[in-house]
Amino acid sequence: MDLLGYGAFFLTTALIFSLVTLGLNLQWGLTGLFNVGLAGFVAIGAYTSALLTTPDDAVRFGGFGLPMLVGWAGAMVVGGIAAALTGMATLRLRSDYLAITTFGVAVVVQLVALNAQKLTGGPFGIGFIPRPFGSLAETPLLFNLSNLAVVSAVTLIAYLALEHLSRSPWGRVLKALREDERAAISLGKSARFYRVQAFAVGGAIMALAGALQAHFTGFIAPDNYLPILTFQVWVMLIVGGSGSNAGAIAGSILVWAIWAGSGTLTSVLFAPEQQARAASLQIVAIGVMLCLILLIRPTGLFGDRPRRPEPGKQAKPAAGESGS
Amino acid sequence: MSLQFVVDGLLTGSMIGLGAIGVTLTYSILRFSNFAHGDFMAWGTYATLAVVSAIGAMFGKVAPIGPLSFGWPLLVALVVGMAFTALLALLLDRVLFSRLRSQGQAIIVVMASFGASMALRSLLEFAFSSRPTYFSRAIQIAMPVGFGIRITPDQIALLLLTAVLVLGVHLLMTRTQTGRSMQALSQNAALARIVGIDVASVVRVTWIIGGALACVAGVMIGILVQIRPFMGFDMLLPMFAAAILGGIGSIPGAVLGGLIIGLAEAGAVQLIGAEWRAAISFIILMAVLSVRPIGLFGVRER
Repeated sequence: MDLLGYGAFFLTTALIFSLVTLGLNLQWGLTGLFNVGLAGFVAIGAYTSALLTTPDDAVRFGGFGLPMLVGWAGAMVVGGIAAALTGMATLRLRSDYLAITTFGVAVVVQLVALNAQKLTGGPFGIGFIPRPFGSLAETPLLFNLSNLAVVSAVTLIAYLALEHLSRSPWGRVLKALREDERAAISLGKSARFYRVQAFAVGGAIMALAGALQAHFTGFIAPDNYLPILTFQVWVMLIVGGSGSNAGAIAGSILVWAIWAGSGTLTSVLFAPEQQARAASLQIVAIGVMLCLILLIRPTGLFGDRPRRPEPGKQAKPAAGESGS
Repeated sequence: MSLQFVVDGLLTGSMIGLGAIGVTLTYSILRFSNFAHGDFMAWGTYATLAVVSAIGAMFGKVAPIGPLSFGWPLLVALVVGMAFTALLALLLDRVLFSRLRSQGQAIIVVMASFGASMALRSLLEFAFSSRPTYFSRAIQIAMPVGFGIRITPDQIALLLLTAVLVLGVHLLMTRTQTGRSMQALSQNAALARIVGIDVASVVRVTWIIGGALACVAGVMIGILVQIRPFMGFDMLLPMFAAAILGGIGSIPGAVLGGLIIGLAEAGAVQLIGAEWRAAISFIILMAVLSVRPIGLFGVRER
């Protein structure tokens, strides 16, 4: 019984991660936009939904006590707008600038979460976030299973919608832009416009995942949205194989299993005072894994098609190419 | 508003600027933004710290030089640390970046540098724990120099060191054959190769300069602030902002950009409080990207 409860809890967390990964797959896998600040967009979603749905709180802004679905919708809107603004500011420039800017977004969101106490509750975060089926919390198994059902349903909807989008004319334009920008532009497609859209939709999905997570745990704090989150999701996408939505979900579950498993392992193997150090070794292992996959199997475990080496990309070769 | 922020800003700016030189060189010559550059800083600092303690164990307590807080062991250790960091950068390039570069997808290299950055930083946390440490616990008396500004001997020495290093790198880039080759490669890689520039050696020099300066910047942070595994990662956004503000590929630009960001940060600390400091680089970055994306001294990309 306990095992079933834990399984449900594990899968819920993994599926929330896979929702973030799906958003990243739309941005990176389908469109080729590099987001190293996704933790910031997840945080925006979590905080937006928390502010909208928690009961009124005297010491900080809001607590509007709105229904949960309004919170989720609000999270998607705010996350989407934040991503659209980021995209509009940088997408006409080199791809690296988007990476640096998203990195900055995550830093600033983290700062706001920590310091704007009136808005975000500061380092102590926001508690008492309403949980779906909160009335079932006395029987953890039922509670976990019903939450799993909710999260699975949302993930499934997101998956189907993204699958549909990537096959739609819209998705084909994105792929065309990724594969051969010049050809796509010459067909009259505005590269920047489509990319901003994809980046915004991806950001909205990440924000929704943040909101789900917030309502699942009932409590959020700035510590939940450190760069390590960004890193985990990237590993999930690369392991699963970028470009494939099914791969994104499978990669998320697999990497989260490895992460949770190695966490349990270190807690058994190491003395309590050594745990913090052992946890850092866990990150080293995952970092090395990411680099190895990039080197050995860039398409990931479930990646459907290898990216063809593109002659078009040789226009601006890196300096060391022939040298080393 | 006291003018003290000028000294504080110049010092922070020197740290940012020295780091930004490496970022801007990697970006213009190897064509990717290296997210592991901050961790080169931290690794160099811890290496220097290790050598300092090793020397301390061998020679006992060494008297500091004049009014400074450190003696010759730190200078020796700094040189060793610079060499170590340069080697680390070369090693990382050999096992990771050069292989990915040859696949021709620049953004994959960025991602790998992000992964490498996480791994490097966590390895430091594992080895040294995340508790901050210091080169010296001595407290220096700051001397008043007029206009309400106070400065410590260490700060003067480090500002001078920065000036010497920046001048040195600038001369290397403009007056030597190696430097000209680096410029040629950043301006037009294909043409540079045709005229017979040894690309591999230019790449090596790029990593050596970037790594060595990152180590100096890290040690400066270590002397003036504290040593932590995250010290370099926290500098990443200011360094990127400085490199872009100065114009990618420009060494004077990177240093000037660093100084501007350092001064702006120090001013903001006085005006709105230290907790918002990290937002300054982001605001400057966004302003540059929207007004003049090629930066102060940048050239339009061909």
